[in-house]
Amino acid sequence: MTASIPARRPVLLALGLLGLAACTGPDDSDPTPAPGSAGSDDGGSADSSGASSAPADAPIAVADAWVKAAESGMTAAFATLTSTADAPMRLVGARSEAAPTLQLHETASDGSGGMSMKEKEGGFEIPAGGALVLEPGGDHIMLLDLAAPLLAGDAVEIVLLFEDGAEVPFTAQIRDFTGAQEEYSSDMDGMEDSGGASDGGGEHAGHEGMGR
Amino acid sequence: MSRGDHDAGRRRLLRAGAIAGVGAGIGAGAGVLGAGAVRAREDAPGRSASATDASAASADLVGEETIPFHGRHQAGIATPAPAHAVFLGLDLRPETDRDAVLRMLRVLTDDAARLTAGTAPLADTEPELAAAPARLTVTVGFGPGLLQRAAREAPAWLAPLPAFEIDALRPELGDGDLMLQVGAEDPLALAHAVRMLLKGLRGAATLRWRQQGFRRAHGAVRPGTTMRNLFGQVDGTANPQPGTPAFDRAVWIPEGPFAGGTSLVLRRIRMDVDTWDELDRTGREEAMGRRLADGAPLTGGGEHDAPDFAARSENGFPVIAEFSHVRRARGVDAADGGQVIFRRAYNYDVAPDPGGAEISESGLLFASYQADPRAQFVPIQERLAELDLLNRWTTPIGSAVFAIPPGAAEGEMLGQSVLE
Repeated sequence: MTASIPARRPVLLALGLLGLAACTGPDDSDPTPAPGSAGSDDGGSADSSGASSAPADAPIAVADAWVKAAESGMTAAFATLTSTADAPMRLVGARSEAAPTLQLHETASDGSGGMSMKEKEGGFEIPAGGALVLEPGGDHIMLLDLAAPLLAGDAVEIVLLFEDGAEVPFTAQIRDFTGAQEEYSSDMDGMEDSGGASDGGGEHAGHEGMGR
Repeated sequence: MSRGDHDAGRRRLLRAGAIAGVGAGIGAGAGVLGAGAVRAREDAPGRSASATDASAASADLVGEETIPFHGRHQAGIATPAPAHAVFLGLDLRPETDRDAVLRMLRVLTDDAARLTAGTAPLADTEPELAAAPARLTVTVGFGPGLLQRAAREAPAWLAPLPAFEIDALRPELGDGDLMLQVGAEDPLALAHAVRMLLKGLRGAATLRWRQQGFRRAHGAVRPGTTMRNLFGQVDGTANPQPGTPAFDRAVWIPEGPFAGGTSLVLRRIRMDVDTWDELDRTGREEAMGRRLADGAPLTGGGEHDAPDFAARSENGFPVIAEFSHVRRARGVDAADGGQVIFRRAYNYDVAPDPGGAEISESGLLFASYQADPRAQFVPIQERLAELDLLNRWTTPIGSAVFAIPPGAAEGEMLGQSVLE
């Protein structure tokens, strides 16, 4: 049983709570609870961080959002996006005042036993009622050419852009993190990019011309 | 009902049991926990038989129990002392300014809130280790250096204790700008929490000292049993009971920025178990003023009966000797006696210096909470330094004083009332 205790409780809480909220219908004026604060009885995620959600009418809730601290150059944002929409939603981009360029990236096998990161063509689809987990070593949002240092303990405002025009703002807490390696070695097979990256923990491809 | 809702519900119930156990005393706490477990099982009607069995088996797991992080007071003081604790003393990095202190505390607050709820903190690379918190608590204290760095006035008592003749202090075991007391019933949950908390702090601070202590394992004795130290003594009988007005008066700061907070005096007291071995049982009991078997005063009764300091033996000597620890600590022969502190001590038993003749390096992490250490702790320590037969076998080798800010409400940062 111990092993089956969910390690990402806020995610499960969010699913449960948002499921209830969805039953009241999209026109209900009650704000959709932020996953964290709604799950406040369960503690941590209710805190000031990581649980900033979308406006009341947004069909996407954002939980456990964080960005790897960085002095300059690139970094990455991670979060769990949970949909209450009746139809699939396609995340096609993001923007933030913290960086002029944000990209959606995925991790994929490079075909030779390794993994590499590259921009996700067409973005990410979130199934109706489903979730998208952005995490180190997996799908994530890249922030390129940071406007200023991102310091642990501060927060970054990011807006998710969806194909249907919906915009979902959220707040991501900045955390020190030594995974999601900032530098990838220049002698890796197939790596043409020597820019610093903070991207979710693996090799990166397709950043030509980006970075510092 | 979703899985998340169910788990949240069960945690609430278990937590309610844990809270009730604080004030309810021996046995009652366990009873409430049991009731919560039963309720939790009834709350899961949709589960298959095997899942229900699994749930029933898990209902007794201390690993799933949580102590609320948010509240008027920080957890880890009035809450029952778990089996394991780590005390961490940190120094702020030279470049850590006021803004960096506030950023550090925001991260610390969030990490502590999540960990104590059994939720992996942001950026946790081993989230599975956070899933069974086992009554984890994180208690944060400020040294004078932190308040100075944050440009806030420190309480007058927030300074090293006066030097006592009995002291043989090692600087590397005392003081510091920031203190964390992390406790849990499970040493693995504790180790993970300590690691995550320190990873969040290291950009702003460096580790000055780390002191680990233990009590009885969870379930080894009934909840509420007074701990024993490595001299075999029942240790802490005179404590005020959490949840009582006497406790509140002794421990919580009544007003000002630290209202709802307290102070921690942490003394690392080395116990010379080798010379203690040379003392017979009668001598040990006279040094303490209590019976070793049950902690009762030498004048009789049970552990919690009041000592009769006026009682005299057939030879005319006080039954509880004038040099005894219990008599000196209470100050019954002094004009200024009667101070009350709340001690929440842990034993330590670490490796002796390699290559030496010693087989033990043991003692007590004497953690004492009180509203004002100068008015409460210091007079007691002064009396004990002046005369206490136990001084023959005990030596304070580490000392630190910290201001413990009040608890944080949800959305607040620890220390907010002090620093903003």
